[in-house]
Amino acid sequence: MSDLWPRIEPLLAKVEKPARYIGMERGSRQPAWAPSKVAWLLIYPDTYEIGLPNQGLQILYEILNERPDALAERAYAPWTDLATELRARRIPLFSVDTHRPAGDFDLLAFNLSAELVFTNVLEMVDLAGVPVRNEDRRPEHPIVLAGGHSAFNPEPLADYVDAFVIGEGEEVVAEITEVIGAWKRGGRADREAVLHDLATIPGVYVPAMYEVTYDGPRIVAVEARHADVPARVDKRTVADLDEWPYPKQQLVPLMEVVHDRLNVEVFRGCTRGCRFCQAGMITRPVRERSEESVRTMVADGLRRTGYDEVALTSLSTADFSGIEGVVGSIVRDQQGTGGVAVALPSLRVDAFTVGIAAQIQQVRRTGLTFAPEAGSWRLRQVINKLVLEEDLYGAVESAYASGWRRMKLYFLTGLPTEVDSDTLGIAELARNCVEIGRRFDKSASVTVSVGGYVPKAHTPFQWFGQNGVAELQRKIDLLRSDLRPQRGSGAPRQRLSNQVQLKWHDPEATFAEGLCSRGDRRIGRVIERVWRDGGTFQEWSEHFSLQRWLDACAAEGLDPEWYVTRHRTRDEILPWDHIAAGLHKDFLWDDWQSALAEHGLPDCRWTPCYDCGVCTDYALEHVVASPFAPAGGSQGTGQAPAPDLDIAVRFLGRKPKPTAATSDDAVPTTTEVPA
Amino acid sequence: VKGGSAFPVRLRFTKHGKVRFTSHRDVARAFERAFRIEALPLEFSEGFSPHPKVSFGLALSTGYESDDEYLDVSLVEALDLEALPERLTAALPHGIAVIGAVELCDRAPALQEAVTAVAWSLTVGRDDDVALDADEFSAAVEQALACDEITVRRSRKGRQVDDDVRGAIRRCVVTGTAPDGTVALDLDVSTRPRSAKPLDVLAAIAQVTPAIGPIEERRVLRLRQWIERDGARLSPLDADARPRVAEARAS
Repeated sequence: MSDLWPRIEPLLAKVEKPARYIGMERGSRQPAWAPSKVAWLLIYPDTYEIGLPNQGLQILYEILNERPDALAERAYAPWTDLATELRARRIPLFSVDTHRPAGDFDLLAFNLSAELVFTNVLEMVDLAGVPVRNEDRRPEHPIVLAGGHSAFNPEPLADYVDAFVIGEGEEVVAEITEVIGAWKRGGRADREAVLHDLATIPGVYVPAMYEVTYDGPRIVAVEARHADVPARVDKRTVADLDEWPYPKQQLVPLMEVVHDRLNVEVFRGCTRGCRFCQAGMITRPVRERSEESVRTMVADGLRRTGYDEVALTSLSTADFSGIEGVVGSIVRDQQGTGGVAVALPSLRVDAFTVGIAAQIQQVRRTGLTFAPEAGSWRLRQVINKLVLEEDLYGAVESAYASGWRRMKLYFLTGLPTEVDSDTLGIAELARNCVEIGRRFDKSASVTVSVGGYVPKAHTPFQWFGQNGVAELQRKIDLLRSDLRPQRGSGAPRQRLSNQVQLKWHDPEATFAEGLCSRGDRRIGRVIERVWRDGGTFQEWSEHFSLQRWLDACAAEGLDPEWYVTRHRTRDEILPWDHIAAGLHKDFLWDDWQSALAEHGLPDCRWTPCYDCGVCTDYALEHVVASPFAPAGGSQGTGQAPAPDLDIAVRFLGRKPKPTAATSDDAVPTTTEVPA
Repeated sequence: VKGGSAFPVRLRFTKHGKVRFTSHRDVARAFERAFRIEALPLEFSEGFSPHPKVSFGLALSTGYESDDEYLDVSLVEALDLEALPERLTAALPHGIAVIGAVELCDRAPALQEAVTAVAWSLTVGRDDDVALDADEFSAAVEQALACDEITVRRSRKGRQVDDDVRGAIRRCVVTGTAPDGTVALDLDVSTRPRSAKPLDVLAAIAQVTPAIGPIEERRVLRLRQWIERDGARLSPLDADARPRVAEARAS
């Protein structure tokens, strides 16, 4: 039976939020099945409301369904209530589009956006009726595939995922479809052979094709088993975003989801060079969409979806060359229609940014969030988030002057070289922001959100020993006691503290994330044990328990501290060294040393190339419409964050190649801030 | 809808199939998006966060279907009401269909206040999958109807309260059985002073005759809603519609 709906329907009356499982979104497809087509089940291993908005999944859903030789449907992790019912009735995991059993598909393709979803991957493979370990799968089982940012260290899932896609999926899904199509036409005989074929596609990593050898805890070698399998798997990158204007028909969910609005990606990649940021490191170079193309996607998207909010997404949207033009046109076009709110996630911290935000939020004012990330200028130089205090205060003043009354500040704690005065700087910055706000409104308040820092693969901090649970907790407690609200105290400092609301991430969850982020193949068995012990939905505090992870490590004879809190050495073979984001290991090491020396590094989109490796190795270049750094604040000018800043760069004579009319010689070294 | 709207409109719609698993709030949001997709001339509230002036009728529980739902929307100018149902249906999720649209008269009372009676069609079964005997169930219904008062504990706005359910039941008749051990039931209830949900009525029946066993609703369909005024029973689409002469003038 290919339609499970009659068996699922009676269960939906018994579960929370049944609309998670019905599909039927505007923009969704009910693809026609044919034996000749390669059937993809695109899976987000978390709840529907977290997974539905994922743009990567939606882009591939459209691209695959446009192909005559492929079809794609979607699945999300059933919440524990439904998972229990499905198991009790022996009903498998299903697609939400046509309620087909997952086992009918040729590929189960997981999106890995975060490491704590790894146990959900095993849960969903198991619910699909497929053996969770690669070695136990037979030719009749689907190929288990995974991609997304967390696939850049695939090793923890190496024994559970048949093949990983490293990098962007737009182009590689075609090549995978062809290999799987040929395998199907050949009668799906030999699983080993099709995996071997997949391993020869650039950007596809098949862990079974690689042999890892250890000497005690250390990795000695990772070697390809066949001559035609690359020793190193390089990421895939789309050169020109304008060739891929997807999603064209963004899905409009029936129930409320996160980011419930039209999302238009204005550029991909970021070269701000924040050293903690894996996304910025692995998605280089910067590739802007043209202003015209963004306008078209916004106008068409709003008309088609009926949304009254659009987010211009990227890793730092105020850096988009066309930001003012696009914002102006949205505000103009939507006059008299009740207004469209524009969300700018990932705002740069400066007054220019607030000016743009004020322009677009004349109609509906939402919250404003800034991410200075660290509490002192010294530490912000270490992490290369070059926000001066003046920038932050200028942004905050400008925000209050434009009518905002509440704002959120994001910080990380547990960063390399962080000492208590850096941590306490977070509280001081927050109080100073409240003080600025009180000049406009006595009840001005600031929410401070503090996350524990997890070092990630392919970043300059990949060698750094993460802070342990106790140390992170101590830092959070330090902040809590410094900001503890007290009634009746009239001291000005106390009054300011009272208007700061502190939120923090659970240090125990941060520890487990660290274990999965930089784990090697041996951590796979730990993940499996946690899953078998019932540890699904580890991103959800009500389901998370660190004890499960510690017990699993103990049972496997692995020391979790060795994986999480240990500083790595330069000569060490890292578990992901055979996976390449294009960044030379020497560049990352040099940048790590610059961090320790408190040296910043400018943004190579507007300054000379320092040869991180990506553009040169992959013959790519930045696609930016403007050769000028945006105005306003040190982050805006980019080149001169502080007078005393010593910029450690290697000049190779290569300058950014703007797509706009300006010649290379005209690239300015400084940009004047307009009055 | 308060007075003052240039073109107040009442819509009648149905909700069937998979979409029944969406909530009342989900349906409200789907309509607001459909209005924007069709670029209706919506009237907006004043203030920092303007919202289209839309007011929904009685909430339909998640999982229930309906032949007869209503909402009122304020527009700033007249439009072709003949074409409106088809336009909106195309912009709404599959399973929600707009089947009627009228212009309202000034100061028409809000739906939530005006609707006084609701008719339901239910399929019920035992929650332990034991077949439900239609005759025994009919007898239990009769027993319940013979009571003057049946106090049932239910949660209202997050609080546990004891309410009389019997007072709201106007009619309750077993209409048939199915081979899968379920029983079909027609139910008419008052919405004032206090309504009773189908689930409350089943709880009342089981409370009076515990031997009937644990009963659960399987399929619930709202058949009709009524506005009763001066002894007459009116459809919400007719009760407060602007007379056609006025409608002709407006369009």
